[in-house]
Amino acid sequence: MAESDNIVVETAEKIFADLADPQTINNDKTNSWQAPLWQALSEAGLPLSWVPDDLGGSGASLADGFALLNAAGRFAVAVPLAETMLAGWLLAQAKITSPDGEMTVLPASPKDRITIDADGALSGRSRGVPFARAAKHFAVLAHGKEGVSIALVDASKARIESGLNVGYDHSDTVTLDKVQPVSIKAAPKGVDQTHLMLMGGVTRSLQIAGALESMLDISVRYSNERVAFEKKISKFQAVQHNLARLAGESAAALAAATSAADAIANAKSFNDEVYLEAASAKIRCAEAAEKGGGIAHQVHGAIGFTMEHILHRYSLRALAWRDDFGSESYWAVELGKLVANRGADELWPLVASR
Amino acid sequence: MTAALRFDPIRLPEKCEQLRKEVRAFLADEIAAGTFDPHKPNREDTDAPEFSRRVGAKGWLGMTWPKKYGGQERSFLERYVVTEEMRVANAPTRRFFVADRQSGPVLLKYAPEHIKMEILPRICRGEICFAIGMSEPNSGSDLFAAKTRATKTDGGYLINGTKIWTSSAHIADYMIAIFRTSQPTKENRRHGLTQFLVKMKQPGIKVNPIGQITGQYEFNEVVFTDHFIPDDHVLGEVDGAWKQATSELAYERSGPERFLETYYVLTELVRAVGPNPDTRSAEGIGRLVAQLHTMRRMSVSVAGMLEAGKEPVVEASIVKDIGTVWEQQLPHRVRDLAAFVEETATNRETLERQLDFAIKTAPKLTIQGGTTEVLRGIIARGLGLR
Repeated sequence: MAESDNIVVETAEKIFADLADPQTINNDKTNSWQAPLWQALSEAGLPLSWVPDDLGGSGASLADGFALLNAAGRFAVAVPLAETMLAGWLLAQAKITSPDGEMTVLPASPKDRITIDADGALSGRSRGVPFARAAKHFAVLAHGKEGVSIALVDASKARIESGLNVGYDHSDTVTLDKVQPVSIKAAPKGVDQTHLMLMGGVTRSLQIAGALESMLDISVRYSNERVAFEKKISKFQAVQHNLARLAGESAAALAAATSAADAIANAKSFNDEVYLEAASAKIRCAEAAEKGGGIAHQVHGAIGFTMEHILHRYSLRALAWRDDFGSESYWAVELGKLVANRGADELWPLVASR
Repeated sequence: MTAALRFDPIRLPEKCEQLRKEVRAFLADEIAAGTFDPHKPNREDTDAPEFSRRVGAKGWLGMTWPKKYGGQERSFLERYVVTEEMRVANAPTRRFFVADRQSGPVLLKYAPEHIKMEILPRICRGEICFAIGMSEPNSGSDLFAAKTRATKTDGGYLINGTKIWTSSAHIADYMIAIFRTSQPTKENRRHGLTQFLVKMKQPGIKVNPIGQITGQYEFNEVVFTDHFIPDDHVLGEVDGAWKQATSELAYERSGPERFLETYYVLTELVRAVGPNPDTRSAEGIGRLVAQLHTMRRMSVSVAGMLEAGKEPVVEASIVKDIGTVWEQQLPHRVRDLAAFVEETATNRETLERQLDFAIKTAPKLTIQGGTTEVLRGIIARGLGLR
């Protein structure tokens, strides 16, 4: 794997292995693991990976940050690392300094809209905001008369209705009612809600792909331990074929997600080609989460359905991540419209351009 | 373990894009000249000898081979671009494709020098057609079960037995086949098979056509009766063909031909739906395009591994498994979506004709080049399960 030459990923994996072992987390009913993990991640500068030094961050490249998100997916860690990274990235686009502590981004759905009032206050509602309750600040993309702006908002000024996603992580509804931001600046050209949603979508794609890699690992391991009908179940051809399919889904998810991340990291602008990559990644990874997660549970039998087992930490989270920053159905419609609008004879040139 | 399943996001280099333009221009000229109709994958004239020679003259056959054998010493990635543009255009590649992809590389590796000098340049010029003689009645994926005998005689071997499902044998000039030269041993069930270069259209070879459910004719039964093959037509090691044949299959498994065989129905669906699709059509197209894009990224990545001199056996098997399942499902998904296309769509007739053909083609796609079951066995082995 590429990790060996990536110091950001190496650092993160060591922290996850030490402080976010899935079995330990799964057994801890009081969430006492969260604070030390967040502290270690923060001390290593990881939550603000995508924020340049002069804006309070550690200035890692987009590519390194994406690799870090994939690693976070492999550990299925439920702290707002991805969300804080995204928020820091968004704020940095408008050269707003990132504060310390947990952050998340608004809106988290392509159809929700935050507006800027005449007096510069922010209003609007965003549903399905990951970790809103844990966040001290929000990075907000908002629409005003002058166009798109990026704002830093104190989370205590917002109304937050608690919710949980399928993976038991906080997914809240945030309402801003004439909230004065800590800071607000015009977004640079090209940074708009679609851009933010696709960044979020690729973030989730990398996490889903990571979770599938782990599901494959633990499913293969389990099939080599579990004996039924006097044989290891890994020796049954039907089980082998299911695991081969899981490997295929995991590989497809990782290929789609890393290709999209690479496309964004090297793009000068968000053109149709990058759009194809990013939207495809979210669609394909979401499909892989459904198919791959199903197979992982099938291999584990009833034991994988229990709260005691760690499988759900990956499978349910991968399913939940499908919904953030536009579901696969949403992106499929948008991508389909784009393809149809370009016309039949432009489909292959678009695909072959990548 | 998952380290083996990473598909690095390699991009085709700039020189590939220049080549792509040349191939597109060439194909556009051929279409304009009436060589083939890109909207008719089920044409009867798939054996197009003059087209093959023109492709050869362009330097697009044997592209990666040494120049002394007529090759161009270009990269796998450049060859990849030529293959995918031909496939997407529904160009008539039947006459040269097997030789270019598979038989030529086998000869390069295992044939004696004088045979290489004689045959490889002719493949590069698009003059000759190859068939592959692996399957036999009652031995398809199970290559061990092959029974057709090669019996040693003065200066060569006498062949007796039958090959089956042999694509293009009726037009082929040569076949690369495996025959049984001795019985398997107790220690090694894989022992006793030898690979031969067979010159077709010679005494002792009879080719019988087998019709396909598409209405096309491509498969054959090939019956050998005391057919003589000289000693210098043995390829590689006597009794040791098993490993040669399995590495040959790797050439078959990850190229663009492994997910683009029914691609044309997607293009025609987009045309029929028009620029302002309803939500249902848009979603359907979007999901199909996302899958296509992902498949292609994986396939390009494997081409990059081949270019780097790696042997991506498991990765290629994954591409073929996902790719053929996709190209098999594609006509059915397009049919679902086409049910709501306006009656007035100008290409409605073309789309229906293509769907009819693609739906009939689909059942074979997960069989050729290694069945889905065999591929999943290979993947399972790669996962350490067997």
